Amino acid sequence: MSHIEKVTEGLKSELGEQVLSVDVFRDQTTVVLARESIEEACRYLNSEHDFDLLAALMAVDYWPEEPRFAVIYQLYSLKHKLFIGLRVPVHSTTPEIATVETIFPNANWHEREVYDMFGINFSGHSDLRRILMPYDWEGHPLRKDYPLAHEEIQFSFNFDEIDRRKPYAKE
Amino acid sequence: MRQMDIRLDELKHLVSDRAIEGETVLLNMGPQHPSTHGVLRLLLELDGERVVNCVPDVGFLHTGIEKNMETKTYEKALVMADRMDYLNNLGNNLCYCLAVEKLVDLDVPERAQVIRVLLTELQRIASHLVFLGTHALDTGAMSVFLYCFREREIILDIFEMCSGGRMMTAFFRPGGLWRDIPEGFEDAVRDFVDIFPRRIDQYEALLTKNPIYLDRTKGIGGISSEDALRWGLTGPNLRAAGVKFDLRKANPYSGYERYDFEIPVGSAGDVYDRYQVRVAELRQSLRIVEQALNNIPGGPVRSGNRKFVPPPRSELGTSMEALIHHFKLWTEGFPAPKGSVFVAVESPRGELGCYLEGDGGPKPYRIHFRTPSFATVQAIPVMAQGYLVADLVAIISSLDAVLGDVDR
Repeated sequence: MSHIEKVTEGLKSELGEQVLSVDVFRDQTTVVLARESIEEACRYLNSEHDFDLLAALMAVDYWPEEPRFAVIYQLYSLKHKLFIGLRVPVHSTTPEIATVETIFPNANWHEREVYDMFGINFSGHSDLRRILMPYDWEGHPLRKDYPLAHEEIQFSFNFDEIDRRKPYAKE
Repeated sequence: MRQMDIRLDELKHLVSDRAIEGETVLLNMGPQHPSTHGVLRLLLELDGERVVNCVPDVGFLHTGIEKNMETKTYEKALVMADRMDYLNNLGNNLCYCLAVEKLVDLDVPERAQVIRVLLTELQRIASHLVFLGTHALDTGAMSVFLYCFREREIILDIFEMCSGGRMMTAFFRPGGLWRDIPEGFEDAVRDFVDIFPRRIDQYEALLTKNPIYLDRTKGIGGISSEDALRWGLTGPNLRAAGVKFDLRKANPYSGYERYDFEIPVGSAGDVYDRYQVRVAELRQSLRIVEQALNNIPGGPVRSGNRKFVPPPRSELGTSMEALIHHFKLWTEGFPAPKGSVFVAVESPRGELGCYLEGDGGPKPYRIHFRTPSFATVQAIPVMAQGYLVADLVAIISSLDAVLGDVDR
């Protein structure tokens, strides 16, 4: 049994039903977890299996499917030279998930980025503000129902009307 | 018109109570400050000249690269990766290409792999030279900057020779390289390998034992190895704190396991150690370049799998099949299977990760870059607290963050 299998077995016995499935694609292991268990899973992997680096944290939008979002964590173990992926499906009805900031402090900005780009709330986060977009931006750009570029075309007959509601500073 | 007020109450938690009572001064540094290396804004809370706390504010260079890449085919999206970390263009290309190759299960010929390693190591040297030059400039040594850019020019000329572009090269493609290296390439690299060790000695003569430089850097902005890991630092910044971690050794890619090189580590994790680790890496990268240069095998530079790699143009006039492949690949692109991969490479700044998800179509469904500078900038407050504003400038430059890499 390889080390990564030991880790997934350990996760299964620790979290039981909360582990929804274990996917292996191109030799990379991703554990699909229920939303409630992410904090516990991170704490367990960090303390018991030496996954000491939160290598990446991001989200994917599967609109219009449900569960709409998936939040993905990539943890790395320096001791075992191993990556493990955690994937948590999140419904769009309550786009909320617990923060892992207490275990990996660098999750702070990664979670802010996910909040900014997808509108997923991280409960318990110490400073959940937009990070890349301006503070008064409307919408979450990386959602699939957000257009890449959208500007209403102004013709001479409706120039002023569109100009009035165009979001830019006029003074 | 939409205009929200900034609700200052919501931002109170960023500063200490002393700032609200008026005991400490809040000062804005950046985004257009020459020592912030791009457009980093820092909200400083100062007690006299001492930094009580600083809050980095990023996003000024956000260009939506991830969103843009989702709308392009796999091959065409490649050029956007160049533009993230503009000092490590080839490294970004490499990371993206490795992710695509892993996703579609494409093999890369030996010759292409060796040339990739050679060029990314040259890129690492070029990137570290920019670090060294600007860092010395920020700590008051002007001349180092001029010498570093002199050598960087040689490297950029080599890139131009290969790809036609000095910075935005787009030279690596999924399945290999854009084209073979040109005539005279090996001589140009060999000339560089011959002169460069003495040039590193020159830089070191200017800085390593310079008492003014030592005063500015020793014991400034230190971070413990535990804290560095907790805050997600990787690359030279982590190694300067004493953690011997390099993805080229730990999880080798592109055949790095065949090269003989050391991982330089520091101990205190301060500005001076970060400088020393990077200078030592210049020498190690040069070793890899030399080994790669002496062992470039023959053979093709692109995979022969025509479902993913376009055929050479010379075949288009005579082969119907080649024409069909060419047409399909440049109009529609190649499909990638449903699934996701995460590939991490060692960029000059640390772990550069690429998460790539395919949905069966010719465009990436989701692509995310985990950039090393993002973690680095986040950790600035941990290192800067308690030091002078002048030290903060040295700390920022020693971390070698690229703001294009932070904001993407």
